[in-house]
Amino acid sequence: MNAGSYDLIVVGAGIVGASCADAAAAEGLRVAIVEPGPIGGGATAAAMGHLVAMDDDPAELALARYSLRQWEGFADLPEAEFSRCGTLWVARGETEGAAIATRMARLAAGGVEAHAIDAQNLYELEPALAPGMYGGMLVPHEAVVYPPRVARYLVQRAQTRHARLYAGRSVQRLTHGGVMLDDGTPLHGPTLLATGCALPELLPQLPLRPRRGHLVITDRYPGLLRHQLLELGYADSAHGDADSSVAFNVQPRPTGQILIGSSREFGATDTAVSPAMVQRMLERAFSFMPVLRGLQALRIWTGFRPTTPDGLPYLGAVPGRTDVWVAAGHEGLGVTTALGSAQLLLDLLLGRTPAIDPAPYAPARMSA
Amino acid sequence: MTEPMTEHYDVLVVGAGPAGLAAAQAAAMHGARVGLLDAQAQAGGQVWRHDVRRAAPRAARRAFASLENVDVLARHSVVAAASHSLLVETPDGARQLRYGSLVLATGARELLLPFPGWTLPGVTGAGGLQALTKQGWPIADKRVVVAGSGPLLLAAAATLRAHGTHVLGIYEQAPASAVHAFAWRLRHWPARAVQAVGLRARLAGVPYRCGTFVRAAHGEPALSSIEVEGPHGVRRIECDQLAIGYGLVPNVELAGLLGCELEHAGAHPHVRVDSLLRTSVPGVHAAGELCGIGGLAAARIEGSIAGHAAAGAYGNAAALLPQRTRERRFAALLSQHFALAPRLHALATPQTLICRCEDVTLAALDGFSNARDARLATRCGMGACQGRICGSALAELGRFPRSGSRPPLFPARLATLAVAEAESFLPNDYRGNRT
Repeated sequence: MNAGSYDLIVVGAGIVGASCADAAAAEGLRVAIVEPGPIGGGATAAAMGHLVAMDDDPAELALARYSLRQWEGFADLPEAEFSRCGTLWVARGETEGAAIATRMARLAAGGVEAHAIDAQNLYELEPALAPGMYGGMLVPHEAVVYPPRVARYLVQRAQTRHARLYAGRSVQRLTHGGVMLDDGTPLHGPTLLATGCALPELLPQLPLRPRRGHLVITDRYPGLLRHQLLELGYADSAHGDADSSVAFNVQPRPTGQILIGSSREFGATDTAVSPAMVQRMLERAFSFMPVLRGLQALRIWTGFRPTTPDGLPYLGAVPGRTDVWVAAGHEGLGVTTALGSAQLLLDLLLGRTPAIDPAPYAPARMSA
Repeated sequence: MTEPMTEHYDVLVVGAGPAGLAAAQAAAMHGARVGLLDAQAQAGGQVWRHDVRRAAPRAARRAFASLENVDVLARHSVVAAASHSLLVETPDGARQLRYGSLVLATGARELLLPFPGWTLPGVTGAGGLQALTKQGWPIADKRVVVAGSGPLLLAAAATLRAHGTHVLGIYEQAPASAVHAFAWRLRHWPARAVQAVGLRARLAGVPYRCGTFVRAAHGEPALSSIEVEGPHGVRRIECDQLAIGYGLVPNVELAGLLGCELEHAGAHPHVRVDSLLRTSVPGVHAAGELCGIGGLAAARIEGSIAGHAAAGAYGNAAALLPQRTRERRFAALLSQHFALAPRLHALATPQTLICRCEDVTLAALDGFSNARDARLATRCGMGACQGRICGSALAELGRFPRSGSRPPLFPARLATLAVAEAESFLPNDYRGNRT
């Protein structure tokens, strides 16, 4: 066998690339992983790590549901720091509350357990919420993980199955039948691009925009918050296409720290923290949970979500190219859907029928 | 929405230790509107920290008395920086302070080196215990060992003794030959020699052992004994407190946030300045320990130089340069004679905690070559101290340099971060390669 020849070259070792490399190595494929930076150092490092089923798009729900089942296999893995805090969607008023029935029905159809929560129950679950809330919806089995450690674990597991990591190397260009690394090393084999926001550098034909987000993490306040809380209007921010938006989204870390999001901005390209966005995001959070005002913040950071025009990831063969595959563009759901994305992609690569319909994610939809 | 109170100063000085006090005084002489901010309730910094029992030294009292034309902004801690403004947190809420020129006098912190038992209750920094004692922490009649390196150990021991502790001994890691050579060279700096003799007199009867270091601390649940190793072997000493510091590390975090260039000469960076103490960022000056550890006298001279220069009085600043050169020579002498022995780098075992905020052991950090990689995989440096302790320790141990600064500079209330401010905080290093 040629030293530079592989069954699959995975470009990018974020949570998606790491999942794909792990799945491919588990199938017995000879895998190469090319990552110029730290493992899980891009959107994976900046992410909240919330494993959540979003129900407003059937294809997205199907992929999330498929992936969430696989995440259950990581529930006892120390590296995952898996914490089953559940997701509590909070309705401020009657209008938001009216949407609960529809959302529960959609989740139920997707096989996700959810309960309606009245106001009294809401405050029993989360006493620190601002008074006057209408109620909510509890999705009890959802969890949070620590994504960069999972990515690292998956790469290491792939390496124990003979995957080769080209650490500190980047792909300079795609060649016929492989890639050329920045140090001039050619690699040969089917190539999977899992480069997130960097996808246009190698595949400009697939539209993708970075969408900046801010997160703030606090010192430790054990017991103050028990569930991942989101406002019911969250999807309007996540899936709307406003230039900028914020939504109430807070998470209890297993350490007792509270992770506060979320913001979305198109057109912002630098990593600088924007005080204006932090202010909007925090004011939104304070309006749901006033106690947050007095907590100590330890760090603020930004990250970029790889966003496709229709909000669905690209999973599959790149049209017009031989043996070039893509798994990228997961917006804010890359951690939730990474494992399912990897399985679906491996099925396609090996000519098997995936467990869920791959058509909605096919990159070819952009050239249709 | 909260609008911060905004204030404008011609010269804003950050840090009210000896350098900052001198800078504020010098700048105010030229009629500039001067603000002097400090996170502490009282001016003085570390060296001249307010002591509940004892009066401040005369030089400190004089410096405090010369501030009548200066706005002293106590309990102001800097959270973030923008172009020509700082976001600060006070007990009454957030404020935005705008400035024409800025003088950074953020001083230094103690270097703590990990060794087995260093996280036990009862083990503190030498300067740390000195500061607690000055603030009135009850320590009388406790048996204390002072250890580490440098002349600051004597100052710490003297304070502890004055507050009624039993100082069992002072253990200096530098060999006796180096300490004696240093003492001999002190004859060129008579004031310092007098100071040193005075300190020794106040510590009469306290053993001072050179070439000796603490190998391990023991006790459950708190410190009860330590092991010290010296030229004559290993000895166990029963004690209630261990005050241990291995010298100082410049506080360059705010300078880093402002984009000032740093010098990476040794394990710990300091701020790069020109002869008039201007940093690489126009309008930003630096004085004292953050330009490289230089001690009290250098800090006071540099504060004056930076204060004059920040007010535009370059003639006054330049006139002080020869004095600065002389004081910096003394600093070089210090670092040369109290250089840390390489064996101190090998004290931590694989099980020793390095990051005490996040409970990360030395073994967990094997194989990482940069701080960000290690942080993502282990959370090392992600706690409330923001890597000030473990990051500097790892740099000293030769593992990897500490990562760059990002807002908030110190933990800050969420309400402070939610104040309206039009400009962007300066770029952070989250995805970049700056260290």
